[in-house]
Amino acid sequence: MSRIGLFITCVNDALYPQTPKAVVAVLERLGYEVDFPRAQTCCGQMHANSGFRKDAAKLAKSFDRVFGSYDAVVTPSGSCAAMARDQYPGLIGGDIGERVYELSEFLLDHAGVEDVGARFPHTVAYHPTCHGTRALGLGDKPLRLLRAVGGIELVDLPAAEQCCGFGGTFALKNSEVSSAMLEDKCRNAAGTGAEYLAAADNSCLTHIGGGLTRTGGPRPIHYAEILASTA
Amino acid sequence: MSTAFPKAAKVALGMPQLRSNLAHATGTIRGKRAKVVGELDDWERLRDTAAAIKADVQHRMPELAVAFERNATAAGATVHWARDGAEANRIAARITRDAGAEEVVKVKSMATQEIELNEHFAAEGLSAWETDLAELIVQLADDRPSHILVPAIHYNRTEIRDIFRGRMADAPKGLTDDPAALAEAARLHLRRRFLSAKVAVSGANFAVAETGSLVVVESEGNGRMCLTMPETLISIVGVEKLLPRYEDLEVFMQLLPRSSTGERMNPYTSVWTGATEGDGPKDVHIILLDNGRTEVLADEVGRQALSCIRCSACLNVCPVYERTGGHAYGHVYPGPIGAILAPQLEPGRHDDLPYASSLCGACYEVCPVKIDIPEVLVHLRQQGPHGAGEKAAMGAAEAVMARPALWRAALAAARFLSRPWRGRGFVRRLPWPASKWTVSRDMPVPPKESFRDWWKERER
Amino acid sequence: MNAREEILERMRRALDGAGPAPEPPREYRRSLDADVDVVELLIDRLVDYKAYVHHGIASIPEALGEARRVVVPADLPAEWRLGEAEFVEDEALTTADLDGADAVLTGCAAAVAVSGTIMLDAGAAQGRRAITLVPDHHVVVVRRDQITGHLAEALPRLDPTGPQTWISGPSATSDIELQRVEGVHGPRRLDVVILADSALTHRQSCSSS
Repeated sequence: MSRIGLFITCVNDALYPQTPKAVVAVLERLGYEVDFPRAQTCCGQMHANSGFRKDAAKLAKSFDRVFGSYDAVVTPSGSCAAMARDQYPGLIGGDIGERVYELSEFLLDHAGVEDVGARFPHTVAYHPTCHGTRALGLGDKPLRLLRAVGGIELVDLPAAEQCCGFGGTFALKNSEVSSAMLEDKCRNAAGTGAEYLAAADNSCLTHIGGGLTRTGGPRPIHYAEILASTA
Repeated sequence: MSTAFPKAAKVALGMPQLRSNLAHATGTIRGKRAKVVGELDDWERLRDTAAAIKADVQHRMPELAVAFERNATAAGATVHWARDGAEANRIAARITRDAGAEEVVKVKSMATQEIELNEHFAAEGLSAWETDLAELIVQLADDRPSHILVPAIHYNRTEIRDIFRGRMADAPKGLTDDPAALAEAARLHLRRRFLSAKVAVSGANFAVAETGSLVVVESEGNGRMCLTMPETLISIVGVEKLLPRYEDLEVFMQLLPRSSTGERMNPYTSVWTGATEGDGPKDVHIILLDNGRTEVLADEVGRQALSCIRCSACLNVCPVYERTGGHAYGHVYPGPIGAILAPQLEPGRHDDLPYASSLCGACYEVCPVKIDIPEVLVHLRQQGPHGAGEKAAMGAAEAVMARPALWRAALAAARFLSRPWRGRGFVRRLPWPASKWTVSRDMPVPPKESFRDWWKERER
Repeated sequence: MNAREEILERMRRALDGAGPAPEPPREYRRSLDADVDVVELLIDRLVDYKAYVHHGIASIPEALGEARRVVVPADLPAEWRLGEAEFVEDEALTTADLDGADAVLTGCAAAVAVSGTIMLDAGAAQGRRAITLVPDHHVVVVRRDQITGHLAEALPRLDPTGPQTWISGPSATSDIELQRVEGVHGPRRLDVVILADSALTHRQSCSSS
């Protein structure tokens, strides 16, 4: 891997700078050089999943222009990686999607590293986000990385595989059903007694976190931030 | 766009007993399914084969339908074709009258529910008696089914006992809510009807083109009763139910019971080919039903919905279905499969159903014939209709995101404008339409320094 | 255009331009591993379904239990008609006759161990479908050589166009809270008598009753 492009995602661009910073920290600690192309914006997932295919295709093309020259694109989002890999071929053709990796895929499958040298002496529950786990097929990859973190205590999240109810515009169009799903997720998360709730997607964590600040419970955290921690 | 689903869902969400019944039942079946699926080390290969066989059926549908007709006819069946539900109902009613009957016993069948055969028969002065336990419960309660496999899933045992006590004239005195006692009551209630029925109506799980055979998969024996005891049998079969070969049953009969009731095999499977001298009905009719299916076939992405074998595994794992139940979908096919089948079978209606999903993908993961339900949902969403507000918002978002400089400016503006809330870290209440979000979730506030600022600083 | 022609025409139009689908892969299993004892597996599955299992011809009376009037197909082997019961051959018995019988005794065409399934195809010693349906107690004799491990091994043994009935345990329903309850419209009791081949002749005990 010579050139690695970092796709931070629009959500992190707008709200969570700490997550892409953590990705940079982890990759650099492992000896990789990372580039951040400034012209990046959004992968087009929201448009594609809402039925705005043309708009999505425009954003996909612009993604291709920005990242086309990189050997690998690493992103801290299972759903954005799934968008590129599953939907780009049908939307714009080309092979850029094949070179987009969610962070844990890159670390385990390409860097071949399970222990990234992190330390995080806290209790953590892990929520396997839907697109990462199912569409992208991450399986337990983020969890494997977390298990290797020094001092961490992982606790099981009941009904972990159930969707938190975010689903992009689903949360608005079917707000009540989404809220009912969120309510169950927050109750299960709070019931773990963990300090943190980790996941591989900050959009899902925005949703769950938005509920947890009302009900109380663990603090949402992207797992990349745990991997970056050496406290 | 229709807003029937969100409205009906809201009503369902306000019924705690319903939610608890659904959570209990779907949780039970998920566990059973996972256990028996886990016993097969070739599960994924079976799914691959089943998906490919169904795709083959779709591509060769005219040829296979004609072969089925030829072979069933040669075996003594009479094959009819029905363009839509009304035509199928007319044919079924005519056969019933010709047999000198005024009532039929029925095997649970999604096709006959889809075409509202019972209602049509009632309008013609004929009676159609449901014999599946759950269908009987729903019919006695004057309710609608809420699940493909277990139409009475929304009731618990106590509610079922109350329905039997109130609506079943011959319910045993002192009937308890013990499921065995309830099943016994249904047995007594239906036995005379089975043994004296002249005409039965069924659907079919599979129609084997190579042999002209039909297959009905069931548990209680009510199916065997209907398929065996009457003189006349009418089977209403969607054209998508075809399988090319007898041998294909070895694939589907491993997948279906494990996916639907979570059993290694269902108690009873009947396979019959035309009429058999001295064994079962003498007068065997098969009505091949289109009713919108050829319309679905024309959509390259959407046609995979015709692969469905009605196992209902997708309903049982769906977080939306689990919370709303089947009635909210407003169609005989609820849940994820309904969300892609209903709007395709009845174009122009149910256009809100493709949005009744968070696209979590749990349905695709369990589907025994690998229907990529999220893919079809997204495909159907492209057909809209999209509201003016949504169009404007999406258009604006695209316009900004397609222009990196504009995007950066928009983010900077957001960081600037949100300063008053930064101390608290979130916003609790926003005006409509963002209020749809803040009704149950706080909104995070953009940070003081963006990643971009940090990166620029670092590069310096 | 009649309905048939119109539907076929709609199908052809819908598929206009669609090439043939690829030949389905068939990489799945067609048999169990060689070291699986299919008889033991069948017994395990049957017991799981709350069916009763017996061994050897001599156990037929025990399987019939209290039944006094037992319907049998006319071609049921004479050596199976054991015990005190009255064996009534099915020569156009009426539904009322069948309903009045205590039990039915038949053979089968094949059995599938992995799913505990007994298969009938109206062949030898099985009779017509109604006789194994209306009586409340079905006793079925399965010869060792009829037991297959896997469904794919059993299907070729059946008459594909004969009326088939695959039976996996007594009738049951999962319609109430998705819990399986045995005993609805089909026979509520299923007894399976396994006739061992030479290797198993000394095992005539009852594994469950």
